[in-house]
Amino acid sequence: MLETLTPQELKIMRSVGKVAASFFRRLKKKVHPGISTKDIEVFFDNYLNQYSNMEPAFKGFHGYPSSVCVSVNEEIIHGIPSSKVINDGDIVSVDIGIRYKGLYLDTAYTYTVGKVPGLAKKLISVTRDALEAGIQKARVGKKVGDIGAAIQRVVEANGFSVIRKFVGHGIGKELHLSPEIPNFGEEGQGCELREGMVIAIEPMVAAGDYQVQISSDGWTAKTKDNSLAVHFEHTVAITKRGPKILTY
Amino acid sequence: MAKEELIEVEGEIVESLPNAMFRVKLDNGHVVLAHVSGKMRMHFIRILPGDKVKMELSPYDLTRGRITYRYK
Repeated sequence: MLETLTPQELKIMRSVGKVAASFFRRLKKKVHPGISTKDIEVFFDNYLNQYSNMEPAFKGFHGYPSSVCVSVNEEIIHGIPSSKVINDGDIVSVDIGIRYKGLYLDTAYTYTVGKVPGLAKKLISVTRDALEAGIQKARVGKKVGDIGAAIQRVVEANGFSVIRKFVGHGIGKELHLSPEIPNFGEEGQGCELREGMVIAIEPMVAAGDYQVQISSDGWTAKTKDNSLAVHFEHTVAITKRGPKILTY
Repeated sequence: MAKEELIEVEGEIVESLPNAMFRVKLDNGHVVLAHVSGKMRMHFIRILPGDKVKMELSPYDLTRGRITYRYK
């Protein structure tokens, strides 16, 4: 059966969400040309160290080697931090997960570095709008397909593609739970959303085609046609008063 | 971290290839190229032609898969 969280658990998750959002705000000042993707992992690890009992959720998850995912330009998601240097004009997606008191949060943000092409700015703006459109459908009684349909509509109206191979997911006492939340779909289809559910909505959008290629490291996913890709994610609670974003 | 959209299928190992890759024939007759999951590699599970296995496939690339379990 689909997991629901108690009000107390949601309160805890909200406080962790604030920590995650605060990290992304601080990281904005640090993402500039010359840093490596590994530096971002170090910033995150140091940041979390201030909070006793908050752990990076990704490390060791299905064997993932790092505590963050850093994906640059045509990389979509799951970029493993390395000595790769970030340059002026890059777009950099950072995905983080936090575990605290047995509860999980998952959120992602795409940064622009210096002067980026107009296409990149548009891709970012459209993906953010798509995420917002998806979040608006995260209400009691709506279906999982409503979220995907809303995201897909916004993305495709702007000539971009929705990545199909990866999807959002339920979250709570584990990082990945049912239901799967694709970023494409049909209204009225799929699981019904119920009060107390918490989901991670994470549109992944490519400027070109949606086909994915996994690198030889077994993790990094990039667009097959090397087009730019953007990723944004929020953890959202389904409450009787509407969607509540936990990660801002 | 995004979840992978996957379908689970069963098949039989047809051929073992270099780099721990295998050709697997699915119950529906399709032949796919598969690698072994990290978890199985970690436990040194041997896979041989003729073995029946469980696999994960992406619905968006039906020619490649990941072997996740070997049946006894």
